[in-house]
Amino acid sequence: MSASTATDLSAITLPVGAALSAPKRPPGLLRTAWGLGRTKIGAVITLVILGLAILGPYFSPHGSEQYIDGAATSARHVKGLLLGTDNGGYDVVSRFLHGGRSIIVMAFFSTLLGVGLGAFLGMTAAYVRGRADEVVMRILDTFLAFPQILLSLLVIAMFDPRPLVIILTIGLTTVPRVARVIRGAALSVVERDFIGAADAIGEKRLRVLISEVLPNVTAPLLVEANLRFTFAIGLIASLAFLGFTPRLGIANWGLMVQENGGTIAIQPWPVILPVAAIALLTIGMGLIADGLTRAIAGVDRGKAEV
Amino acid sequence: MSGMQMRGLRLEVSATGHDIVDEVDLVIPPGKVLGLVGESGSGKTTVGLAVLGHARRGVTIAAGEVSCGDKLDMLSLSAEELRSVRGGSVTYVPQDPASSLNPALRIGTQLREVLDVHNFVGTPEAPQTKDGRIVEMMDEVLLPSDDAFLQRYPHQLSGGQQQRVALAMSFACRPAVIVLDEPTTGLDVTTQAHVLATVRSLAQLHQVAALYITHDLAVVADLADDVAVMYAGRVVEHGPTHAIFTNPAHPYTRHLVAAAPDIGGGNAIIGLPGRAPAPGKRPGGCSFALRCEHATEECNASMPELTPIEVGHTVRCIRAVELRSNTITQTRRLVVGAAFDPVLTVNNVSAGYQGNVVVHNASFSISRGECVALVGESGSGKTTLSRSIGGLHHEWTGEVSLLGAPLTTHSRGRSLEQRMKIQYVFQNPYSSLNPRRTVGESILRPLFVAKRSRAEGEKIMHEMLERVALTASYANQYPNQLSGGERQRVAIARALVSEPDVLVCDEVTSALDVLVQAAIVELLAQLRRDLGLSMLFVTHNLPLVRSIADTVAVMNGGAIVEFGPCEDVIGNPQEEYTSRLIANTPSIESIRTRTAPVG
Repeated sequence: MSASTATDLSAITLPVGAALSAPKRPPGLLRTAWGLGRTKIGAVITLVILGLAILGPYFSPHGSEQYIDGAATSARHVKGLLLGTDNGGYDVVSRFLHGGRSIIVMAFFSTLLGVGLGAFLGMTAAYVRGRADEVVMRILDTFLAFPQILLSLLVIAMFDPRPLVIILTIGLTTVPRVARVIRGAALSVVERDFIGAADAIGEKRLRVLISEVLPNVTAPLLVEANLRFTFAIGLIASLAFLGFTPRLGIANWGLMVQENGGTIAIQPWPVILPVAAIALLTIGMGLIADGLTRAIAGVDRGKAEV
Repeated sequence: MSGMQMRGLRLEVSATGHDIVDEVDLVIPPGKVLGLVGESGSGKTTVGLAVLGHARRGVTIAAGEVSCGDKLDMLSLSAEELRSVRGGSVTYVPQDPASSLNPALRIGTQLREVLDVHNFVGTPEAPQTKDGRIVEMMDEVLLPSDDAFLQRYPHQLSGGQQQRVALAMSFACRPAVIVLDEPTTGLDVTTQAHVLATVRSLAQLHQVAALYITHDLAVVADLADDVAVMYAGRVVEHGPTHAIFTNPAHPYTRHLVAAAPDIGGGNAIIGLPGRAPAPGKRPGGCSFALRCEHATEECNASMPELTPIEVGHTVRCIRAVELRSNTITQTRRLVVGAAFDPVLTVNNVSAGYQGNVVVHNASFSISRGECVALVGESGSGKTTLSRSIGGLHHEWTGEVSLLGAPLTTHSRGRSLEQRMKIQYVFQNPYSSLNPRRTVGESILRPLFVAKRSRAEGEKIMHEMLERVALTASYANQYPNQLSGGERQRVAIARALVSEPDVLVCDEVTSALDVLVQAAIVELLAQLRRDLGLSMLFVTHNLPLVRSIADTVAVMNGGAIVEFGPCEDVIGNPQEEYTSRLIANTPSIESIRTRTAPVG
C-alpha cells in the first residue's frame, strides 16, 4: 500500500520539483574548505594549541611564579614534576600552561583591530576610488615600507609594553597589509553591476559597503584574518623574547625562550615546549588558511564534488 | 571517405555515469559546413570538443567513433598522437579570440608557432616555406601580410581581426576538419559578416569539413549547408539548412524558429517557458516532452528514434510528420503608436571618459508608453549614453530631463522620486544581482530605500515576482540557483518595484539563449502594455529591435545618425551606415524566400 502511494505522490510532485529544484546551491566556502583534509588537520592542531593556551592555567599543577627547586633541573631530580624546572626554578609544565593565554588574547584583539580597520579602509578605497583612494593607499604604502617588527619596537619602546599598547601597535601595523589585499579583492566586486544598481537607487554608501561589498570579500578576508593572527602571535612572542612584555616575570612563551636559552643544553624543555606550540599553531592555522584559499580558488573543486 | 564522421557518440559524467551527450551521429563531407545549434547546456560544445578527441575534466567519452580526414580515428589515438593531430589536421576556433591568443606574443610568432609545431612543409606537389605560408594565410583571411602587421600584438588588433588571425591559425596546416565554437559571438554584425564569409570561402576552397557551433539560428542560415539541432544532449533534428528553416518538424526547432527575431519580419517573437533537463535528471522518454505542447502519453514512454522524414532530413519526434504539416503561425507585432508626450528628454548630451568624448551631442525623447531602441555596434557609445541617463556614468554635459525636471549627472544628486522613476536593467544578469543575497532581499532593497515597511514591501515583492512570471517561492533562492533568464526576470522585478516611468534596458538579452531572449522580450512588451512603461532598449541586435521597439535611434561613432519610426528606419534607411548594418545582419527570412536548392 505504501509503495503505491509513494509512486502516486512522486508522479504528481515530480514535474513541480523538476521545475523548481534547479541546480542545488553549491556548498558554501566553509563547507567546501572543511571537505579538504588539510583543513581538518589544521583545525585539530589549532584547537589543541588554542585549548592548551586558554584553558592551560586551570590544569596547571603549580602556579606560574611558584618556586619549586633549583634552576634548570631535569625531571629526575625533582619528584612530581613531569619535565623538571626552568632557569628560575619554576615548574616547566606550569610555566608553559600559563604562558600562552596572554599572547593568544593579545594576538586576537590586535588581529581584530588590524583586519577590521584594514578591511574597512581597503573596501572604502576600492569603492570610492579617485583621490580618496589615492591618499589613503599612499599613506598606508608609506607604513608598508617599514618592517612591522621595527615599527612595533619603536612604539613599544616609547610607551610601556602594556597589553593595550601592544594590541594597538600590532593591530595598527597590520592595517596597511590587510587594506592592500582587501582593496584588491573589493576592486573586482565594485565593478559588478549590483553595486551600480545599489548606487542608482540611492542606497547609503556605508550600507553599500557593508551589505553589498563586504559579503563578497569574506573569502579573502577569512584567509587574511587567519594569516594575520598567526603573524601576530609570532610578533608578540618575538617582542617578549626581546624583553618587551607586559609585567616582566610572568610566564610567557616568548619570554620562556629568552630566559632559558642559556641552559638549553642541560634543560631543553622550557625552550622546546613554547617553540613547538607556536610552530604547531602556525602550521595548523596555515593549513586552515590554505584550505580556505583552495576552496576560494576552486583548486580541489572536482575532488570536493565527488 | 574523408571529411568528418561521428557515430553513436556518448559522453558521460565520469563520477555518476549520467549522459551529457548521447547517440550523436554527424557526417560532414569535405568542403561543407554543418551548423550545430542548441541552447547553452545542450551539449553542443561537448560534441565539438569530442571531434578533437577531447573531453572536459570530469567527463568521459564513453562510446562512439569519430573519424577525421582519410584515416584518423580520433577516439583511439594516444595522447601523443592527438597532440600532433590537433591544430594540424583537426583544428578548433574558440569563442573568444581575445583570450585564445597569447597577449605576450606577436601574431607573426603565434602563426609561425603552429607551422613549427606541425613541421609544415606544404604538400608533396607544392612544397612551401613557412614564411610563404604565413603570407598566404593572411591573404586568405583578408588581413595585411606585411611585417609591420605581423609584428603587432593581439591587443593592437580589433576583435574581428583577432578572430581572423585565429582562423588563419586554424587553417594554417591545411586541416581536414575544423571546429568553430561560436566564433562570432561578441563581434559586431559587420565584423561577423566578414568572418562568416571567410569561413565559408576557406572551407570551400580547401575542402575542409567545418562544424560550426552556435546558439544563433540566423548565423547558420546564411552559412551552413546542413543544420543539426541539439536539445538536452541529443540531436533532435538534422537536415539541409533550407528544410530546417522553411519547414522544421521537431517542436523544439519550431520554437527556435519562432523565437528568432528577424530583421525582415518584425514578427512577434515567442518564447518558451521551462528549461532543458540537466544530465542525470533527464526523463526516460523524450527530453522535450516536459515543455512540449504537443506531448502525448506515448512521448514519455521511451526516447524517440531519429527517423528520416525526407531524404537527408531526420527528426527525433514521434509526431514529426503530423506536426510538420502545420505552418508556424507568426503574427506581425502590433505596433502601438504612442502620442507625443515626452517623459524623458535627452538634449545635446555629450559624454566621455577622462576628457575622451565618446558620445557627441545626442538628443532624443521618449514619450509615455513608447519604446525607443538605441542601436549601435560596440564602441558606438550607446551604453555610455544609457548609463549617463541612468545616473551611473557621471562625466557628461548637456541636459537630461524627466517630466520636465532636469537630472543631475550623478544618481545620488537626484531626488528619491527621480531615482525611482528611472530604473536601469543591466546587461549581465550574472553580475547585476548580489550573489550573497536572496532574490527577495535584492528586490526589497529599493523599497527599503524608499522607506516602505517590510510587510508592505513583501507584498509588493510577491506581486512583482508573479508579474515577471516567477513564483513567490523564488524569494528565498539565491541567484546562483537560477538560470540566466530567471535572473534577468528578477532584475526586472527589482526595477519594477519602484514603479518607474522609464525603464532603461541595457542589452538585457545579449547574455541569454534565443528562446529565453524571446520570453524576456515578450515579458517586456507585456509590462509596457500593462504598466504604460516607457522604455529605452539598448541593443546591438537589429532584428530584435524590429520585434520590440516603436522608434529607433542608430548610433555610430558616438553620434545618433538616424532616428525615426522602426519600420521606416529599417525598411527604408536613409543613412549609408544604417543600410550597411542591415545588409550585414544574417536573416532567416532571406532563406525562406530563397528558392529551394535543386537535389
